[in-house]
Amino acid sequence: MSSRDFALPRLSLRFLPIWRRHWLVWKKIAAPSILGHLADPVIYMLGLGYGLGSLLPQMGGMSYMSFLAAGTVCYSTMNSASFEALYSGFARMHEQRTWEAILNTPVSLDDVVLSEILWAATKSLMSGAAVLVVIWLLGLSHSLMSLWMIPLALLVGLAFAAIGLIVTALAPAYDFFMYYFTLVITPMMLLCGVFFPVSQLPHGFQIASNTLPLTHAVDLARPLMNGAIPPQALLHIGVLFAYALIAFYVALVLFRRRLSR
Amino acid sequence: MSSANSSAQNIVIRATGLQKSYGVQRVVDGLDLSICKGECFGLLGPNGAGKTTTLRMLLGLIEPDAGTATLLDLPVPQAAREARIRVGVVPQMDNLDPDFTVAENLLVYGRYFGMQDSEIEARIPSLLEFASLSNKRDAKVPTLSGGMKRRLTLARALVNDPDVIFLDEPTTGLDPQARHLIWQRLRELTQQGKTLLLTTHFMDEAERLCHRLAILDNGKLISQGSPRELIEQNIEPQVVEVFGETSAQWASEYAARFSQRFEASGESVFCYVQDAQPLVAHLQMQSTLRYLHRPANLEDVFLKLTGREMRE
Repeated sequence: MSSRDFALPRLSLRFLPIWRRHWLVWKKIAAPSILGHLADPVIYMLGLGYGLGSLLPQMGGMSYMSFLAAGTVCYSTMNSASFEALYSGFARMHEQRTWEAILNTPVSLDDVVLSEILWAATKSLMSGAAVLVVIWLLGLSHSLMSLWMIPLALLVGLAFAAIGLIVTALAPAYDFFMYYFTLVITPMMLLCGVFFPVSQLPHGFQIASNTLPLTHAVDLARPLMNGAIPPQALLHIGVLFAYALIAFYVALVLFRRRLSR
Repeated sequence: MSSANSSAQNIVIRATGLQKSYGVQRVVDGLDLSICKGECFGLLGPNGAGKTTTLRMLLGLIEPDAGTATLLDLPVPQAAREARIRVGVVPQMDNLDPDFTVAENLLVYGRYFGMQDSEIEARIPSLLEFASLSNKRDAKVPTLSGGMKRRLTLARALVNDPDVIFLDEPTTGLDPQARHLIWQRLRELTQQGKTLLLTTHFMDEAERLCHRLAILDNGKLISQGSPRELIEQNIEPQVVEVFGETSAQWASEYAARFSQRFEASGESVFCYVQDAQPLVAHLQMQSTLRYLHRPANLEDVFLKLTGREMRE
């Protein structure tokens, strides 16, 4: 381990050709990819929204379906970035040796890791936007404020891509990712106000929930979908940015160590 | 340091006292190398000798624990990125983009060097011709044979028209036809004045291609020179291989009498001699033994210097 492993990221525009590579791959599989972005979250939203929603009173001053809509955008962006950073990122780093090929050119590991995060966030953006279009078509959100969901999807994507890459940097094989999805992503879906308000949780869980990035994403998304300015917006944005930046640095240090052989 | 013409401005790769350890194992141990412009230089060594680690340090991909290296007059790893603009790399294991066609692989790779799409597109036909892949331009990578993939990897390494090309075991896993085609292309590259640094454990490959060689074992450079120099300096000029069930018994009685040095390996005895005539005359009388008389080659040198035990 050398002190160079801990150097601050040196970023450049050289990440751009790598991002374009990922885009070219994605264009070849765009149809199933878009379907994947949409099917799972929309089925959950409609199934729970119509099925469970008809049994429930208003939640947080809105129909259960509208309540669920904001949460659905957030968790689908979280999932897109996480899958991309873990499974696809690992394939490029380890199985296909795409990173190795790129690192032999005048591109550094810092550029490669940055491109991974930006690409995973791009997938979040596409996934969030796709769900948002369905929400608009179903008339679940009428406010122009809901357009702010698009940059929010990008920010949520950056945070979860960076966190996911930490897991990728530590992973010996694909099986390892099951721990992260089972122990981190799934609990987050249940603890962070996607399906029901955090205030329903026992006090200890509420405190835990407040430290999790998805909670801050949902706290921003729900008012925006209803045309309101989110309370404590800067705090929530700050937390998401902090997660993105700190996790990016940690992932980069871990990748430098892993690939320094 | 053997070439007379290794004046300072001609050296494109230089390593001084390079050292690298992983844990307690010293993988590269005080390596000095100078490789001149236009030279095809081979790094030979058994598995685990430190060849790939040396290449990765010279490319500036990993930091040495001690020692210094320059690539195209730039210090690495400090200025590795600038140096790699003029370098091409053929890695040991294929890392082509499986989702792309042959031409897309070249286009996408050229962009990493900061080249414009039009500039890359203009180079693609000649690169494909060089790799004998002109009719595979739009084929997807998984449909290519092993030899085609290697040639595409070579073409990809040339996309930026590099001055120096690193090749890590460029023909491992290829059939003879595919190897010969690669060798021909590598010779063309040296004729164009490009500098090649390759690792291999095929001695025939090293002997045919390389102007100079260095043999590495346990991270140390144990011999260096042209293929002919290495043979002359390290080994007797003639080899007689003796085979047969009774070869061991024969060896214990006669081998020392007829050869300067001999080694038994299974049912074969390798006799290293200055003059093979007396031995050959003797063997012609032995009805239970077969023999092969040949000039000493690089493989003999290699086995003498690094031993016959397996390295695993």
